[in-house]
Amino acid sequence: MATALARHIETFRHGVHPDDYKELTHDRPIERLPFMDELVLPLSQHLGSASRPVVSVGEYVYRGQLIAEADGFVSANLHASATGTISAIELRNHPSGRVVDSIVLTPDPVSPQTLYNERSIDFSGLTPSEIVQEIGQGGFVGLGGAAFPTHVKLTAPEGKKVRFFLVNAVECEPYLNSDYRALLERYESIFLGIRVVLKALEAEIAYVGVEMNKLDAIELLKQKMPADLPCEIVPLETKYPQGAEKMLTEAVLDIEIPSGRLPIDVQVIVNNVGTVSGIGEYFQYGQPLVERIVTVTGPGIRRPSNLMVPIGTKLSDVVAYCGGMHENVRQVLFGGPMMGSAQRFLDVPVMKGTSGILFLTDYEVFPREEYPCIKCQRCVDACPVFLNPSRLGSLAKARLYDDMMDWHIMDCMECGSCSYVCPSNIPLVQRFRVAKALLREQKARESKDE
Amino acid sequence: MPTKGPQLLLTTSPFLKQREDTAFLMWQVNYSLVPVLLVAVWFFGIAALLLTSACIAGAALPEWFLGRKSERNTLRDGSGIITGALLALTLPPTTPLWMAFLGGVIAITLGKLIFGGIGSNIFNPALVGRAFLQAAFPAAMTTWMLPEPGASLPLHGRLLALPFLKPDVDVITTATPLASMKFDAASTPVADLLLGSTAGSLGETSTIVILLCGLYLAVRRVLNWRIPVSIFATVALLAAVMYAIDPSRFATPQFHLFSGGLMLGAVFMATDPVSSPITQRGCWIFGAGIGVLVIVIRVFGGLPEGVMYAILLMNAATPLINRTTQARIYGENRRRERSSP
Repeated sequence: MATALARHIETFRHGVHPDDYKELTHDRPIERLPFMDELVLPLSQHLGSASRPVVSVGEYVYRGQLIAEADGFVSANLHASATGTISAIELRNHPSGRVVDSIVLTPDPVSPQTLYNERSIDFSGLTPSEIVQEIGQGGFVGLGGAAFPTHVKLTAPEGKKVRFFLVNAVECEPYLNSDYRALLERYESIFLGIRVVLKALEAEIAYVGVEMNKLDAIELLKQKMPADLPCEIVPLETKYPQGAEKMLTEAVLDIEIPSGRLPIDVQVIVNNVGTVSGIGEYFQYGQPLVERIVTVTGPGIRRPSNLMVPIGTKLSDVVAYCGGMHENVRQVLFGGPMMGSAQRFLDVPVMKGTSGILFLTDYEVFPREEYPCIKCQRCVDACPVFLNPSRLGSLAKARLYDDMMDWHIMDCMECGSCSYVCPSNIPLVQRFRVAKALLREQKARESKDE
Repeated sequence: MPTKGPQLLLTTSPFLKQREDTAFLMWQVNYSLVPVLLVAVWFFGIAALLLTSACIAGAALPEWFLGRKSERNTLRDGSGIITGALLALTLPPTTPLWMAFLGGVIAITLGKLIFGGIGSNIFNPALVGRAFLQAAFPAAMTTWMLPEPGASLPLHGRLLALPFLKPDVDVITTATPLASMKFDAASTPVADLLLGSTAGSLGETSTIVILLCGLYLAVRRVLNWRIPVSIFATVALLAAVMYAIDPSRFATPQFHLFSGGLMLGAVFMATDPVSSPITQRGCWIFGAGIGVLVIVIRVFGGLPEGVMYAILLMNAATPLINRTTQARIYGENRRRERSSP
C-alpha cells in the first residue's frame, strides 16, 4: 500500500491512452466572452430536481442575483449571469436534447455588469454546516460535467467522517483545457477554495491530482502553495478515465471504493478543481456560479480558445465569437470526446456543467464497419472496473439483460474505454447504457409491485 | 441568427476511437506470414507457393460462397486467408494440391463457419483442417522430403496427383527431426533447426524467421506475447528437467523448442485471439497447458509431434479458463467473489 508521503507517479490499473489533442488550446489564456443579446438559463442544469424561479417576466435583475432557488435538498440555486431584464420564462432547447423550462435574460447593454452583492465572506467564524449552507447559496455544482450539487456532496451522512479531500484536476478527457487553465490562472482561488472545503468537511488533508501532461501547472502549484495549507499536489500518469471518482481515489490514495458505494464510505470526498476555484471566488468576493471556463476546441472551429463564458450563453454565440465553424463539421459536443454529448441545435446554452465545446469534422467522424467480437482482450485490459466487456457485449446483443447482472453490469461507469479500444467497432458502452437503463426500470417496477 | 447547425450527427459517446480495426489486425497477420512463406519457397521451391494458393483458395471458396448474398463480405476481413495460409504451413511439401484445397474447405466450414463465423469458433480453424487431413490421409501427412534450398523447380508429380488416386511418383523421403528423435533416438544439430534445413512441413523449418515475425506482431500488439512466452517457458522447463534426469533418453530443451511445429504453433496458432483466453492470467495458463501437452505427447505419446493436438485441447479448455480467471472487479470484496457464481 503506497502511502501518501512516498510516491512518484501514481495511477489506477487498466484504462486507455487516447491522444490528448490538448495542444489546440493549451497555450490560450482565458478570454472573457462578452455578454450576448440573450442568455438562456435552464432551470435544470444539475442533477436533482429543477430549480424554482423567484423572479417574474419583465423584472430587472442584477448579475449574481438569485433568480431561481433550489427545490428540495438535491437541487441548486440559480443566479442571473448578467444584469438585465427577464424577457421570458419558457421552454427552450436544452443540451440534453429535450426542451426544458428556462429563464431567458436580456442583458442590459449599458450596465457595468458589476456583482449584485460584492463582499468577501469571512468563514473563520462559521461552523462546517454553515459553510456548506453558504456554498449551497452560491449555486455550486460539480463543474467537471456531472453537475451534482456541491452542497449535497459536502454534507456527510450522519456518523460518517471525511479524512481526505481530493481535488480533481486530472482533466483526462482529450481536447479539454479548462481545468488546466484554471490551475495556471486561478490558483489563488483554488487554494482559498481548498481551505474553505477542508474546514467544511473537517478533513485532514487535501490532495490535488494532476496528470503529467500538465507539468508546468504541477510546478506552479507546488511553488505557490501556502505553507500552512494541508494540501499536496499529486502527479498522476496521463491516462483515461483517471478523472472518475473511483479511479482518482485509487490513483491518489490506493483505496478502492466498494462496489455500489460512494467515496464518502472510504472517508473521501472528490470535487472538481473548477468547483473549488469557484467556491474560492465566492468567499473572496461573493461571486456565485454565474460564469465558467469553457474550452472551445477541435478541428472544426476556426479559432480554438479558452473562454470565461457567462452561464446561459448560446452555443451559436460562442461559435460566432470563435470565428465560426469549418464546413466539414459533423459533430458538435458538449464536454469531452469520451463522455460528452452530441448537440443537434446551436441555440442550446452553455450550462454550469459544460466544460468544453468540441467541434469534430468528417475526418474524425465517419461510419465504421462493425465486425463480430474476436475476443482480442483489448476491452478486458481497458476496463478500469475489471469487467469483461466482450462478454457483456454479446449478452447485451442477445438482450440477456438479467445475465448481465451476474457479470456486474451495474458496476459499469460508462467511461467508454471499451468502445474506444474495440477493433471490431462494437458499440459496447452504448449497449451497456441501454441495458442499465432497462434493468433500473425493471427494478423500479418490481419494487413498486411489492 | 442560425439556430440549426449543419448536418450534425447525433450519436452517443465515446466519439473518439482508435483507428486499428479487426480487418487491419487480420491483415497484419497475413503480411507477417509472407516472410515465413518466402522461406518455405526457398527450401521447397514452387511447391510451397502452389500449396499455399490451394489452401487459401479452399478456405476462401466457402467463405465467399456463403457470404456472397449478405451485404458484408467476410472475405475482406482477411481472417479466412490467415486460416488458409496457416494450414498450408502445417502441410508436408509433397502434399497433393487437391488435399490441400480440401483441407482449406474443411478448415473454414467445420472450423469456423458452422460455429457462426469469425469470432464464434471454439477451435483454431487451420488446425481443424490439419486434424482432418491427418485423420483422412495419414500417409500423405507423414511423407517428408529433405529441403532443397534454392532449387529452381522441385515440382513433384505427387503434388499434381488426381484426387483419391495413388500417385505413382516416388520422392526420396526422410524423417523429421522429431521422428528420428522418437523412433531412432537421433538428435539433429540445433543450428540446422534454427535455420530450417531439416525435413518438415512448409512452416516448420525456419525458427528464426517465425520468431522475428512473431516479434513484429507482438510489438504491434496484434498478438499476445504471453501465450508464446508461456509455451516456450513450460516446454523448456519440462524438457530441461527430463534431460537432467536422463540425457541419453530425452532430448535437450533447445531441441524441443526449435524442432517441429512448436514455433509456428506457439507464435501463429495458439495466439489466435478467438480461440485463446480473454484474460491475461488465462493466457499464461493456456500457454502452460499447451507446453505440458506438447511434451507429454512428444515424449510419452505415440506421435512424434503434438503441437496441433495440444493447441486444440487447450482451445477446448478456453471457456473454462475464462470463467475461472475472471478478474476481481474494482471494489468487489475478495471473500465475496469466491462464493459468487
